[in-house]
Amino acid sequence: MRVSEAFKRFDDHQVLKGVSFALAAGEAMALMGPSGCGKTTVLRLVLRLVDIEDGEVHLFGRNVAEADEEELIELRRRIGVVFQGGALFDSMSVGDNVAFPLYYCLGVKDRKAVSERVEEILTAVGLEGAERLLPAELSGGMRKRVAIARALVYRPQLLLLDEPSTGLDPITARLIDELVLKLKETFNVGVLMVTHDIVSALGVSDKISLMDEGRIVWAGTPLEWHESQDPNVLRFASGLRAVRRGERIEP
Amino acid sequence: MSNSDEKLSFISAIGRGIIAFLEVLGCYVVFAYRALSGLWRHTWSLRDLVEQLEKVGVGSVIMVSITSAFTGMVMAVQTLDQFLRFGAGDYIGGVIALSLIREMSPVLTGLVVAGRVGASMAAEIGTMRVTEQLDALKAFGLNDEVFVGAPRIVSSMIMLPVLTIYSFVVGIGGGYLYVVAHGVHQSTFRRSIEVLVDPYDVYGGLLKALVFGLIIATVACSEGFRAGNGAKGVGEATTRAVVWGDMLILTFNYFLSTFLFGGGG
Ligand SMILES: Nc1ncnc2c1ncn2[C@@H]1O[C@H](COP(=O)(O)OP(=O)(O)O)[C@@H](O)[C@H]1O
Ligand SMILES: [Mg+2]
Repeated sequence: MRVSEAFKRFDDHQVLKGVSFALAAGEAMALMGPSGCGKTTVLRLVLRLVDIEDGEVHLFGRNVAEADEEELIELRRRIGVVFQGGALFDSMSVGDNVAFPLYYCLGVKDRKAVSERVEEILTAVGLEGAERLLPAELSGGMRKRVAIARALVYRPQLLLLDEPSTGLDPITARLIDELVLKLKETFNVGVLMVTHDIVSALGVSDKISLMDEGRIVWAGTPLEWHESQDPNVLRFASGLRAVRRGERIEP
Repeated sequence: MSNSDEKLSFISAIGRGIIAFLEVLGCYVVFAYRALSGLWRHTWSLRDLVEQLEKVGVGSVIMVSITSAFTGMVMAVQTLDQFLRFGAGDYIGGVIALSLIREMSPVLTGLVVAGRVGASMAAEIGTMRVTEQLDALKAFGLNDEVFVGAPRIVSSMIMLPVLTIYSFVVGIGGGYLYVVAHGVHQSTFRRSIEVLVDPYDVYGGLLKALVFGLIIATVACSEGFRAGNGAKGVGEATTRAVVWGDMLILTFNYFLSTFLFGGGG
């Protein structure tokens, strides 16, 4: 996957001002940055849920903007997405939500195989036995985990995660990290993860990009992040530390 | 001079209104086309279709029953009084039946369903939009307009004629009870229906119902898809679904009536 010089504006608000990065197969990248800096917009551009204003997005070697309807469907089916709010289908039970991509993306007909696979993946995210619950009956963290299960269940080649661990307790957050890592290592899945969770960014990803005001202001490996004296990195990291200690952040 | 300025601004306001009206209408037409033309090319769920059939059909039975029974009775009240005055009591059953099947049943059913089902469809889809569920459908490689829109439009087009027939039967029942209780003979009532009502009237009424079904679900889905952000956006979409649904049903009813039953023939 490659994003080059992506620009996007909503009305007269220029959200992205030339974002570029590349992600090799099986590679994991964490995209960090303050709220409202355009991280979600980047993910939406990758999926072509919004049209790009200027620049290019390539997925699996294909220019997304040039793909026709069928190609776009084909490309999207190779990608698993966890939306920021979970985006669970709230008219369906948890089990049906997780089974959804098996039926409608993979076209699996065997009901028994589907329910076994659903059970397996729900257990993996720590939600065994939750099949019959409705999304409205779940806590925020549980909804997130169902969304993650739904994105992983059909083994996509690329995972887009929008703040997967926001709202989760640290133990569950690590559980999700391990799940993503396992998937990445066993099935060579590429991961693009938007996160505020520095632990999971450092733990899961091969590289980190820091965004601010519609640009990528820093990019490097987790090791380089630790040693970086870049003011952007320091500001972001110290802000997070301050928040953890419950301090006020000086502007 | 200021007078002609006022006139001009009045005319341009009307012009803007008409353009806005046509724009909204255009939105609906495009939506219906995209949702229905995708039925063969794109995935949708049979289970969803069955669920929608139940929601539109079974869910509306009580309201359609009540509105139709009382409408049938009130028509009987009015016709009985006037027809007996002209000594035309023999025709009462047929006249009630004709106005029911041609006008009252399709229109009442349409308005009831637009208020009940149209509103809930718009609210449901609007919520799906603002909670990114529609985006999730797209991300799974589905066409959201077809997946969500088609089952709703199709079920509404199937159920409106069914409900219209039901409304007709209930309405006639109501009228019959009132008229017979006031001294008209049962067989007179029945015979006048047989004499006055043509199969053509029934087909015409059902065609209207089919069109209203298309209008209700198209307007509701399209408004849901266009819903603005947050609870406010969903609320506004719901209101627009009902207002536009009702307006278009009454407007199309006039044109369909002149087309099907007009011209004195
Ligand atoms: N559909 C939209 N219409 C208008 N503005 C939008 C839309 N989506 C996002 N924005 C704006 O773009 C900016 C970036 O949003 P987003 O990408 O969600 O940020 P992040 O995910 O980094 O918190 C915000 O200021 C937001 O208001
Ligand atoms: Mg975001």
